Amino acid sequence: MSNLIQLTNGKAHISDDDWQLVKLPASQVEARKQAGKIVLFKLTGEKTVSDEQIANTVIPAHGKIILPLTVFIARKAELQTRLSKNELGVWLDTHEVLHTLIENQADLNALPIIAVHVERFADGRIFSLGTLLRTRYGFKNDLRAIGDVLRDQLFFLKRSGFSSFAIRADRNATQAMISLNDFSTPYQGAADEAQPAFRRYHRAV
Amino acid sequence: MYKYDEIDQTIVDERVAQYRDQTRRYLAGELSEDEFRPLRLQNGLYIQRHAPMLRIAVPYGLLSSQQLRKLGDIANQYDKAYGHFTTRQNMQLNWPKLENVPDILAELATVQMHAIQTSGNCIRNITTDQFAGVAPDEVIDPRAMAEIIRQWSTFHPEFALLPRKFKIAVSGTKNDRAVVQAHDIGMEFYLDSNQQVAIKVWVGGGLGRTPILGSVIREHLEWQHALTYCEAIVRVYNLHGRRDNAYKARIKILVKALGIDEFKRQVEAEWSHLKDAPNTITEAELARVATHFEPMPYETLPAHDASFDAAIVSNVAFAAWAKRSLHAHKVAGYRAVTLSLKPHGQAPGDATSLQMQVVADLAEQYSFGELRVSHEQNLILADVKISDLFAVWQKARAHGLASPNVGLLSDIICCPGGDFCSLANAKSIPIAIAIQMQFDNLDYLHDIGDIELNISGCMNACGHHHVGHIGILGIDKDGSEWYQVTIGGSQGNDASIGSVIGPAFSADEMPNVVQKLIDVYLQERNAEERFIDTVRRLGITPFKAHVYADKALAKNEVAA
Repeated sequence: MSNLIQLTNGKAHISDDDWQLVKLPASQVEARKQAGKIVLFKLTGEKTVSDEQIANTVIPAHGKIILPLTVFIARKAELQTRLSKNELGVWLDTHEVLHTLIENQADLNALPIIAVHVERFADGRIFSLGTLLRTRYGFKNDLRAIGDVLRDQLFFLKRSGFSSFAIRADRNATQAMISLNDFSTPYQGAADEAQPAFRRYHRAV
Repeated sequence: MYKYDEIDQTIVDERVAQYRDQTRRYLAGELSEDEFRPLRLQNGLYIQRHAPMLRIAVPYGLLSSQQLRKLGDIANQYDKAYGHFTTRQNMQLNWPKLENVPDILAELATVQMHAIQTSGNCIRNITTDQFAGVAPDEVIDPRAMAEIIRQWSTFHPEFALLPRKFKIAVSGTKNDRAVVQAHDIGMEFYLDSNQQVAIKVWVGGGLGRTPILGSVIREHLEWQHALTYCEAIVRVYNLHGRRDNAYKARIKILVKALGIDEFKRQVEAEWSHLKDAPNTITEAELARVATHFEPMPYETLPAHDASFDAAIVSNVAFAAWAKRSLHAHKVAGYRAVTLSLKPHGQAPGDATSLQMQVVADLAEQYSFGELRVSHEQNLILADVKISDLFAVWQKARAHGLASPNVGLLSDIICCPGGDFCSLANAKSIPIAIAIQMQFDNLDYLHDIGDIELNISGCMNACGHHHVGHIGILGIDKDGSEWYQVTIGGSQGNDASIGSVIGPAFSADEMPNVVQKLIDVYLQERNAEERFIDTVRRLGITPFKAHVYADKALAKNEVAA
């Protein structure tokens, strides 16, 4: 059974996953992608993925695919048909810089799906990335959390603009779905509801 | 104080239900240790040496009598009938059972309390001046803004899992009592040249392993933008703060790595998109929340009270207490009163269930049913009539709450240390008690005068040792407990980080080391000079020389 939770008009349901996630081949060099190093990457322009890895990534010839950000950028030319057929999405890791996606794909809404991969559930960068994609860059299509996606982060992911959640394979997605609604009246405005409680309700003294 | 409406109550009730289910899943093996850890921490639950430790939130240190009674009851029913007040103005239970925590939270929710975000890598309790609203030097009462920031930060989805803990302090006085420079974000409220409320924003301060005072990121921010500006700061931190090394994960490390100018540039770039977004605070919202902090219904009283003056003259013990425990009040005829939780020979900051009931009663009878927790780990009745002070003293004294040592050497700030805390490298409470016993002469303590002695059992610095005039840090050397001593630290507007005087000492040596520091001070001080002033004038050299004189002698003898 599928372990994908999909939000449709605010309603959650278990959905079949017709997207195929494409991964980078393993690197010979140890990837310097540790959290925190991003500050240095930005300053030095150092790459986190090698050209060799990008070139060796096997892109399936058919079906709907979600490509790593670096592969999408480097091999965009050969993928235009897929893009126009709505068969192409992009995923990024939490340490990657969102701006590189925006620079290379001005119209984000040409992508039917963007996924953010969280390696460890405790990595809260995923929330800022989702928030920025929705509120800053106006992404309107499916925004998916993938990787170490667990029940107790779902409420925050939903509020950060995510619309589908690929629950980790060893967990029960049907039970996890309940936690999307852990809180009914959150205080602050966020990606899913921009108005804070003090603007949504008349709060009497 | 702030009273919950339906929205606030719904959030804490839903939290109880959520945490009850998380605990159930953990006990059923559906959540691993690693998965449960951030969940329980964000509910204030640590797993400690003897039992779990539960940290209960006291937002900006403000409690009602009803709430304090409930804390006393909870300590009685679920713990060993005492609680520990912390330097973050919260209260900790040292012996609750993990499986009882959901029930404790349910009890707390009935009095509008919770344990939300009292630990973990998230925005923690907002702290402020314990004399907010009553201090004569106050420019802006910061409590309404503290409450607005509390609500904004509660379950903020974007900042639910930050690289590390994140602490915000607000103050509205000329003389800072909230240690804003030692916080991840410090906000000082003031009136600008147009008489509008504005905020001076500091960022990147913090104690812990790498003590750094904050840098000013913005001299002038209109109050409406407090939340969106915090959002910009925390977003830059959330995205770029280090996550590979917990010791380098605080925002202060990022600010240092980038430099304040580059960090500010990134924050301002972020804020240019967030400014005027819906989280911008409205006049109506500030007015609504401020209604909860309107001045108490004070009586019109003369500035002096004859019975009080007479009692001061006739009763030496009362006079000694009054000298240290009373604080000026902006309304004539009133005083703020510190009830000391530092009787000599007991763990600093601890209060029994009975003491909590007594203080709740005192607050109800004499101080409009409210009290505060200070970051010096004492309790405060903020609005007592001068004519009632003698009665308050008598009742407080009968329950061990009137040690006349507030602000003196034995008013030690101290973390739970190795007796309770699994993070600690060394015990701290026995050191505090040994020092209190060494200086158990009140006249002598008064002669030494204003001094702050802070003890932490490890470099996480819960006891704020870096900003103590004398700071003591427990360290581990080859498996045994040692203590490193700093002098010259200070909180307040002229905050400074203390300097280490030299090699660490054993526990037995500590009372004598403090004695020697005091000896140098008493010998060298000029009139009216406090310990910290003498240290700043002379530097650490004479102190160091005296403290280590015997050690050098001992070494020489061994060598000979």
